[in-house]
Amino acid sequence: MHDYSKMLMEDIRFEEGLHACMNCGVCTAICPAAEFYDYDPRKVVDLVQSGNNEEIEKLLKSETIWYCGECMSCKTRCPRGNTPALIIMALRTLSIKLGFFTESEKGRQQFAIKRTVGENIFKYGYCVAAYAVSPEMHREQGPIWEYIINNTKDVYERFGGHVKVPGEGPLREISDEVRQELKSIFDVTGGTEMFNTIEKHSKKKAAEMGLQYKKDGIDNEYFIEVFTSNKKKHTI
Amino acid sequence: MIEEGKKRVWSDYQKEIPDDHYFYVRSCIRQSFFPGSEQFFLRFMRDILGKDFFENPSHTTCTGIGYHADVVPFQTIQTVVARHFALMKESGYKNIAISCVTSFGIYTEIIETWKHFPQELEKVREFLYKATGREFDVPENMAHTSDIIYKFRDEIAAKAKNLLINKKTGEPLNIVEHIGCHYAKMFPKYGVGGAEFPRVLSGMIEAWGGKVIDYPERRHCCGFGFRQYLVQANRGYSLSNTIKKFSSMQPYKPDMVLTNCPGCTMLMDKWQYTMKEMENVVYGENGESIPVLTYEELAGLVLGYNPWDLGLQYHMVQSEPLLRKLGIEYDPDDKYKTSDGRQMPIPENMINV
Repeated sequence: MHDYSKMLMEDIRFEEGLHACMNCGVCTAICPAAEFYDYDPRKVVDLVQSGNNEEIEKLLKSETIWYCGECMSCKTRCPRGNTPALIIMALRTLSIKLGFFTESEKGRQQFAIKRTVGENIFKYGYCVAAYAVSPEMHREQGPIWEYIINNTKDVYERFGGHVKVPGEGPLREISDEVRQELKSIFDVTGGTEMFNTIEKHSKKKAAEMGLQYKKDGIDNEYFIEVFTSNKKKHTI
Repeated sequence: MIEEGKKRVWSDYQKEIPDDHYFYVRSCIRQSFFPGSEQFFLRFMRDILGKDFFENPSHTTCTGIGYHADVVPFQTIQTVVARHFALMKESGYKNIAISCVTSFGIYTEIIETWKHFPQELEKVREFLYKATGREFDVPENMAHTSDIIYKFRDEIAAKAKNLLINKKTGEPLNIVEHIGCHYAKMFPKYGVGGAEFPRVLSGMIEAWGGKVIDYPERRHCCGFGFRQYLVQANRGYSLSNTIKKFSSMQPYKPDMVLTNCPGCTMLMDKWQYTMKEMENVVYGENGESIPVLTYEELAGLVLGYNPWDLGLQYHMVQSEPLLRKLGIEYDPDDKYKTSDGRQMPIPENMINV
């Protein structure tokens, strides 16, 4: 078994996020996730502060660490200057690194995020771009979104848009050279490695679950499962 | 002495916002969902106030949504942001104007990290040079674009064609403001009024004649939650938090919601549609939903711009009830026209029509 506390301390967000928790629970009181999920940031901080290696491993494999919305409201209110959300971010990064994320329903969703927002970065140079937000996957966007997607060029031109063409303005094309620079940054800084780690463990998990996995895209059973599935009880 | 003491006490909540010469960076979400807002901002600053705002087409996503959805490592996003700083340096700018609250929060987190951990800054310099051959300087000043509108709020008031007053009753409009968590909850000193007394939007509302509404869940998150919205299975979190806010503001009868962050604007607009569609619940008066506007859209209306050049027609909750209260005359035939005046189809099943 790894020394998880030591591994967490290698993440400066953990070092910055946990000074000394006195267990007052203000973070839980302010937390939007604690309001609706079976989630208590005070308990998470208490557990990692205890240094109990076996319990930290359980946490890394749990649903719990995926409930936080990273709104960072806890940072403002902690009287000891801790940031539970930074601790969560360090736990999530470690859970991915060790392949533990596929042990939970919510953790498995990292595959869906990588295949959408993550890959948009290289494809388009944006995390989110209008043409990458499909109305089928975003029914809550309502009929106006479908309209915008069907009339993209006309809609954006009125606002100075250069949709998928070079130049200034909204939704302009990000050139191949620039996207290559982003790719190089990911290669040098561990971003590509994180993407590959998510793929490797997701592929393994898909096989374990007997679900179809494809090398690319979102048209495969495993993607649909992790994007839509809520089989466990996550709420209080 | 008392006056001096007051100034000292409040100095932590003040923010220095440069007057001119900015490197402007767009937002993934604002440019996709509210492109009229960014266009208004640049045109107003450049053409009306004569300010220098430079846009470099090589600027990309900051990867902030990926970072906060935990698929992009911290060192990676630091280096992507360092590349933006390199573009700024190459263009000869020292002030950065950021159009996105998520990005703004990312920039503040990174700059504070480099102050606390100087070795990280050196590492990022090496990463960026290795990956792109570029070098960068840390900006001298960072402003969210709402900070800049706030700075010029009195100039806007002086040019106002429509104050935020109900033309029929003569009463100020009741306006809810929503700051967005990442603007100042993480690093309060970067926000106007800090985390405790955010003034960036309330300052605009008051300068333009409106009344700011205080309500119990005023500072609650909109519910975006990154992975909690991006993944379909999690959207109950996002919707539930928005409902919590709207239920809390409803008794105060807001005429509109003014937002700082493009993600919050999108969700507070679209979840109202969802609630009406799913549960037939609306949060405004007379069976209407509450229009949610960006600060650029509101500034544009105050200045008398055509609402359809600001992009209000591309929200799910339509703004006509608000326009009527303000007494703004608008041309319904111009609503869905192209830049060269061609008629487009009329979208169906919109809210407040």
